[in-house]
Amino acid sequence: MTEQPRLAPRSVVSGRVGESVQRPDAVLKVKGDFPYSSDLQVKGMLWGATVRSQHPYARIVSIDTAEALRSPGVRAVLTHEDVPGRKVYGLEIPDQPVLAIDTVRYWGEAIALVAADHPEQARRAAAKVHVDYQVLVPLTDPEVALTADAPSLHEGGNITRHVRIRHGDQGARADVVVTGEYEIGMQDQAPLGPESGLAIPDGEGGVDLYIATQWLHIDRDQLTEILALPPEKIRLTMAGIGGAFGAREDLSMQAHACMLALRTGRPVKIAYSRPESFVGHVHRHPGRLRYEHGAMRDGKLVYVKARILLDGGAYASSSTAVIANACCFAAGPYECPNATIDGWVVYTNNPPCGAMRGFGSVQNCYAHEAQMDKLAAALGMNPIDIRITNAMKTGSSMVTGQIVEGPVPVAELLRRVRDVPMPPATASGPVDLTEMPGGVSNTTHGEAVKRGVGYAVGFKNIGYSEGFNDYSTARVRLSVVGGRPRVEVHTAGAEVGQGLVTVQAQIAGTELGVSDVVVLDADTAVGSAGSSSASRQTYITGGAVKAACEAVRERVLGLAQSELGGRSPDAGAGLRLENDAIVSAKGTFVLSLATLLGEEVIEETREFRPRRTTRLDPETGQANAHVQYAFAAHRAVVDVDTELGLVKVVELATAQDVGKAINPQAVEGQLEGGAAQGLGLAVMEEIQLKDGVIRNASFTDYLLPTILDMPPVRMQILELGDPHSPYGLKGVGEPPTISSGPAIIAAIRAATGRPLSRAPVRPHDIVDITKS
Amino acid sequence: MKIDCTVNGRSQTVDGVWEGESLLSVLRDRMQLPGSKNACEQGECGSCSIYMDGALVCACLVLGGQANGRTIVTIEGLSTGNALHAVQQAFVEAGAVQCGFCTPGLVVATHDLLARVPEPSLMQIREALAGNICRCTGYAKIIDAVQLAALRIAVHERTAR
Repeated sequence: MTEQPRLAPRSVVSGRVGESVQRPDAVLKVKGDFPYSSDLQVKGMLWGATVRSQHPYARIVSIDTAEALRSPGVRAVLTHEDVPGRKVYGLEIPDQPVLAIDTVRYWGEAIALVAADHPEQARRAAAKVHVDYQVLVPLTDPEVALTADAPSLHEGGNITRHVRIRHGDQGARADVVVTGEYEIGMQDQAPLGPESGLAIPDGEGGVDLYIATQWLHIDRDQLTEILALPPEKIRLTMAGIGGAFGAREDLSMQAHACMLALRTGRPVKIAYSRPESFVGHVHRHPGRLRYEHGAMRDGKLVYVKARILLDGGAYASSSTAVIANACCFAAGPYECPNATIDGWVVYTNNPPCGAMRGFGSVQNCYAHEAQMDKLAAALGMNPIDIRITNAMKTGSSMVTGQIVEGPVPVAELLRRVRDVPMPPATASGPVDLTEMPGGVSNTTHGEAVKRGVGYAVGFKNIGYSEGFNDYSTARVRLSVVGGRPRVEVHTAGAEVGQGLVTVQAQIAGTELGVSDVVVLDADTAVGSAGSSSASRQTYITGGAVKAACEAVRERVLGLAQSELGGRSPDAGAGLRLENDAIVSAKGTFVLSLATLLGEEVIEETREFRPRRTTRLDPETGQANAHVQYAFAAHRAVVDVDTELGLVKVVELATAQDVGKAINPQAVEGQLEGGAAQGLGLAVMEEIQLKDGVIRNASFTDYLLPTILDMPPVRMQILELGDPHSPYGLKGVGEPPTISSGPAIIAAIRAATGRPLSRAPVRPHDIVDITKS
Repeated sequence: MKIDCTVNGRSQTVDGVWEGESLLSVLRDRMQLPGSKNACEQGECGSCSIYMDGALVCACLVLGGQANGRTIVTIEGLSTGNALHAVQQAFVEAGAVQCGFCTPGLVVATHDLLARVPEPSLMQIREALAGNICRCTGYAKIIDAVQLAALRIAVHERTAR
């Protein structure tokens, strides 16, 4: 038996759906005792390091590993020749080499691996792997990549997917037409925990991988191909995850650590540094969006035409799904009878792009919301009225033809953020300079500071789309431990920080009326939970836990009935589980669960599937492509130093329909944290590229919102109840990231009168330095 | 290189430390104290905040060798047994913990702030924690936690008097 790394001990959770139950891992986390994937250690462990491309595009002439192999402490050096199985992988299209074969297509692409006794030995040896490149001119402009005569970066050309939506009358005419071109920069998820994990060979040809990932089973399935091992030989266990936000959907070091462990016969840990993390995961797609909106004089939308181009970078990742979302949600949450939308995602030699919170709905929200403000200005309407005039409601059609069911409170959300009292105006007289744009840098005393207010509303699908066989699995076990009934919940769902572990326990506690609930380690010993993505886990894995609990409950009540049969006249009717006991329909105590169960263990496993969706029609884009739609609106108030181009976001107000808040405190955390990531993209966060090379791959140079940048978020959480979902809940995580940024940029436009068609807004977008 | 220092009240000796190794690596990899986190390793995110001779520092910016003869307190040294420090308890209750990777650094930085400024203003809180990046919470619940901890410590000290 090989040594196992220390994982987090499981703690008991007591709480019900709708309560702000404390996280079971919070105490460990505040004490520094929670083992994250980068903390894992076992005896005899080696450290892996990755040799990465120094060019965005080059042929590999040769790889010389001899000097690295001779370096102190080195146990193995591997290249693509050592990949046991399929040499490429990918979430949708297997186009990315596990280790570069004959070509590198982005700066930082993995080429070779080193395992050594000490991490510094591994890093130094990695620098001694000599790669002879034939450097090629990188293709970095997605517009060029789209053209017929551009060099093809992959077989089959550079277009990863073209989505075409044709809805309604393609020749519709309007009274008023507004157009705009918008550009969105490349955002990084920047989860604080770097990519890391520990692979332990089992001595029998298999491997155990302890890993921080968003979806254990899709990692396992890809590893099966890469390592040429049957699934039972690759066991994955979730290690502590330091945030994800989409960055952990694709493989990073998983296959690499397993390959090194299987080759050396020793446990191997790989933990990326921050600069390596910037090239070790995909980013949010940069976008170029061209829009035309037509409306009648009363403000009603007649048509939207959009051309959306996303830069997918060197490999496909989840690009085909991201562009589908960008197109499905291109018109915003508005009734628009006619739509002509074309979206492309293309290969370039920029870093690969894929999933990030909001997943395609973020880029287009900047564009459709800027367009709505333009329309309002053209029609002499205010920004709220134009939006309410066109707001989707229950039964409205998407541009894909799908009818949106259940509560669709777009107008209500807008009215609510509009009606939040405004924060106090910039103080006259002595002011706290730290509250000014520029903050503690003391760059202004308030002269040339102008205030602006902006609004935005956005929406997104919850769950996987377009016919994907989405499901989650839960195993629930009820037994008596120490004289008390205890429920154990086992799923493979990734607790990335969002609070899934708490929610699973709350659902089990509610359904079985038991106080002691323990959520076991997520691993591949239980069926797939699907990904902690698309705001889907509370819905889908929550649904699976609920279904498994219902099956357990049915058996318990059956047991109770046969136990009580004859003894109690109303034994059969309406028995429930509550307070660790069987209670009558009226709630009176009948029998304790501990007594009823004794030694008996009741275990049930269930899969939960949301309703099926269909693929977008390739010609018209019409389909019932999505499971559920979630909506949020934001109002931003900003102060702008119009001389220096510095922005201070004074306040955000938001309203969001969450259907049912399973854990209200966790919901608030999602709304606040999601808004912060939206603020980041609006005013500071951008991966800066020059000829395919990242210029700011560190937290010194890639700017993240700090506590000084984040304003208070005034939240209104609506619980309108979706008739199709467990407890009526809606996914919560992504909507806050969609409309917060567009509202901020609208506010900066209002303060400055500048067009600001690009996110993030930079000082020189606000101040025209060529004129001063 | 050999390092002798006091960590969380215990004297520690480690040998074979590489000259370029950060105190963060020494704590995490050689002393089995992984509570201080490795998020940026260049002093920007504060996740590795510790005390060295009573001063709040980023362990990633201190060379292991500089810790020789010094007194170190890490996140692991703030609680006694199962009892959480008031700052830790407040972070748990206020919902200031999500993924938790920033939490150890924020707890240490808050501990330092409240030792210096028992009743900090909102701006003092924000300024003191400006070197700690959190990617999950948007900071609102962290501010709540600091205010809750300050209140509890103040009440505790008043009743103790």
